[in-house]
Amino acid sequence: MSTSTDVRHHTGGGHDEMEPAHGSFRGYMIGFVLSVILTAVPFWLVMSNVLDDNQLTGFAIMGLAVAQIVVHMIYFLHMDGRSEGGWSLLALTFTLILVVITLAGSLWVMYHLNSNLMPAHQTRQMP
Amino acid sequence: MATAIPAVQKGEAPVFYLAEEHAHPEGHSTPLGFWIYLMSDTLIFAVLFAIYGVLGTNYAAGPGPRDLFELPLIALNTAMLLFSSITYGFAMLTMVQGRVVATQSWLAVTAMFGLAFLSIELYEFHHFISIGATPQRSAFLSAFFTLVGTHGLHVTFGTIWLFTLMVQVARRGLITANRRRLMCLSMFWHFLDVIWIGVFTFVYLMGMLR
Repeated sequence: MSTSTDVRHHTGGGHDEMEPAHGSFRGYMIGFVLSVILTAVPFWLVMSNVLDDNQLTGFAIMGLAVAQIVVHMIYFLHMDGRSEGGWSLLALTFTLILVVITLAGSLWVMYHLNSNLMPAHQTRQMP
Repeated sequence: MATAIPAVQKGEAPVFYLAEEHAHPEGHSTPLGFWIYLMSDTLIFAVLFAIYGVLGTNYAAGPGPRDLFELPLIALNTAMLLFSSITYGFAMLTMVQGRVVATQSWLAVTAMFGLAFLSIELYEFHHFISIGATPQRSAFLSAFFTLVGTHGLHVTFGTIWLFTLMVQVARRGLITANRRRLMCLSMFWHFLDVIWIGVFTFVYLMGMLR
């Protein structure tokens, strides 16, 4: 079942390797079931307040989100080192580096800006 | 095509170019090009997420995430988008098998889930605005509406594209060009689901934890 619908050519030369993958029924179902689990668990963690610790819950749902993004990339977007001769994975890696720099950099800089530019009367009231 | 002046008359002439240009079938570079477009779209969302991360706690004494967000509604919305992802996957599988009617049916189901997602999102936005939580209310709400609204706009255009392709397939069948277009929309659709993972985690679930 899984091989009959997988049209990727592994052995062909030249542009046959450029033929995009469409996945298989089994692949989509694995991805779907994993996604449902990885979606239901974070909602359950937050809505039922399971861990009783907001910071721990935050890290847990962030980890689950990253895991689900990887699942989507592999099973739905068919990302691997071979598609487009490795160029799409290279573009993805480059983009992820930019995303991390943008997010981490913005949050880091603006957090320190906020705490350093806090008006004087507010900082006196803090303790 | 090009003829080189033989540099060496005796023996074998050195060749510094490919004598035969290998074939470039139409659309062979479209998947990579479309992928690079999606990566540039990722950067748009990265910036919007960064803006939300920076401004997301500036409520200006207005309503915060705990006052506004209804997690059961967001869970339903997430389910709609996830179902639409798997049904689009089935559309791609039936497309590979060349089954026009099955492909069209799965595309229609996908469109229904996409429209359900948009309806729920518009209901949520309308509810927020009707109780005064407009984008003008606070920096948090400006960033929220920009980020979630941009994703919603992407889903809107994806749905319009989906209907366009259904008309294309109905008129011309699963020809090579239509298969290529369906493959591009497949990447776009799954990409939007990936962005939504970030939205429901970073905006809604993390918002309820604050």
